[in-house]
Amino acid sequence: MANLKRRTLDWLNERMGSDGIEEFLRHKRVPIHRHTVWYYFGGMALFLFIIQVLTGILLLMYYRPTASGAFESVQFIMTQVQFGWLIRSIHSWSANLMILIVFIHMFSVFFMKAYRKPRELTWVSGMLLFFIVLAFGFSGYLLPWNTLAFFATKVGTDMAGFTPFAGKWIVEFLRGGDQVTGATLTRFFGFHVAVLPGIATLLLAFHLLLVQKLGMSVPPGVEKEIEDGHLPERSMPFFPNFLLRDIMGWYGALGVLGALAAIFPWELGVKANPFGSAPAGIRPEWYFLFMYQTLKYLPSKVSFIDGELLGLMLFGFAGAVWVIVPFLDYKAGFGRITRFFSGLGMFVLGYIIVLSCLAIF
Amino acid sequence: MMAQSDSGKPDEGARESKVDTGRRWVNLVLGTGIVATIASFIYPAVRYVIPPPVSESSNLSVVAAKVGELKNNAAKVFRFGSEPAILIRTADGNYRAFTAVCTHLGCTVQYRADLHEVWCPCHNGMYDLQGRNVSGPPPRPLAQYQVHIQGEDIVVVRNA
Ligand code: FES
Repeated sequence: MANLKRRTLDWLNERMGSDGIEEFLRHKRVPIHRHTVWYYFGGMALFLFIIQVLTGILLLMYYRPTASGAFESVQFIMTQVQFGWLIRSIHSWSANLMILIVFIHMFSVFFMKAYRKPRELTWVSGMLLFFIVLAFGFSGYLLPWNTLAFFATKVGTDMAGFTPFAGKWIVEFLRGGDQVTGATLTRFFGFHVAVLPGIATLLLAFHLLLVQKLGMSVPPGVEKEIEDGHLPERSMPFFPNFLLRDIMGWYGALGVLGALAAIFPWELGVKANPFGSAPAGIRPEWYFLFMYQTLKYLPSKVSFIDGELLGLMLFGFAGAVWVIVPFLDYKAGFGRITRFFSGLGMFVLGYIIVLSCLAIF
Repeated sequence: MMAQSDSGKPDEGARESKVDTGRRWVNLVLGTGIVATIASFIYPAVRYVIPPPVSESSNLSVVAAKVGELKNNAAKVFRFGSEPAILIRTADGNYRAFTAVCTHLGCTVQYRADLHEVWCPCHNGMYDLQGRNVSGPPPRPLAQYQVHIQGEDIVVVRNA
């Protein structure tokens, strides 16, 4: 048995230098300190992403991306196909959990200042992945072609129209015409199952490569305590020790996911009628609520500028600042504690939570 | 699998074997758990991939053509549920309807006005106007459907 394993490994090694890969995997160590728990969220997001890929492929086998067939095909999956309801439910639940985990991962990285030198590019690629994840959510939401999805997409794409200069063009590009129609559905389907997965895979590979190469960042506070000798420096190998703990977490997540999907199956709603009126209480998915609520508070005109335009510009600006934060907070790279940026993070986190709550209640 | 270590050298005495028994138990429990979990995911996935039977109502009726659409000694293939069917107007003006799926290997048959027979081009199978397989490889006759004329419509019906 052991002999067979050895021989298989040798065989592989001769052909692809897998010792190098093993070496690469073994070289990383995960620091152990009071914040270690936050290191698990990236892997958790990855795990949920894999679930999305697998259940997504299954859904593709029956889904039809046309205005006349989309709703019916989802209905078919949920009522006729064995375990179809479960697969769809898991896909929807896992999508929402993944977005939640991605938010947590992003903020934990932010507060531990893991983005500082030399990990700037890890942060930038992570932020791009974050936007891709939101785009996945937005494009996937339309695909069942139910009333809520239809109007959410109408409103969402309408907002893109406020972009200065290119607005009209972007709306046409997104909708495949000037209205939300079957053409939009087919387009969003293309984004959701081909364009976005392609980009996401490349970014993810880059992101993970950097993480593996650079290793885990230790928060500046902990780093200082270790330097001053108040704290022993402890760590464990990433492979296999940390990975096995990761897998245990994933196993638990799988249980939670299965329970949620089975106990609260995702609803399908009513088929979209492009000529019907919008239902009351329409609003976007929870992860867009803070933006939605902000736009609601803005007056329709702020001096000569449109309220919507102002809101979008503010969010665009904030997003851009967030992406380049490692370059703004370069002092943290020298181990300096930069309270301003921690405060900024607290403000952003608080803003998102408060505005989302206001939108819900 | 997970609890593997490099210290499993043979012949290290009784203490080692006691540890081995414990470890074997842990491995067994872990292994069973993992296999059960994986199976519980593979099973639904496999069942999911098997397409459910398309719910075809056993009674099916379709408007195959309009009155006057077909000349005598002519035919038309139309969609009947998920399969093609053929409506034939014989030389003396009667209507016949059959499935158009050849009983040999499933080609779609056609009407030969010159022979007054139904012909399958794939392997030169031949059916007469009762749908009986008269020559060539087809092993069975074509299933026949009822034809009703309702006003302007020629309706083809299959009963369960
Ligand atoms: S399939 Fe019709 S004769 Fe062979």
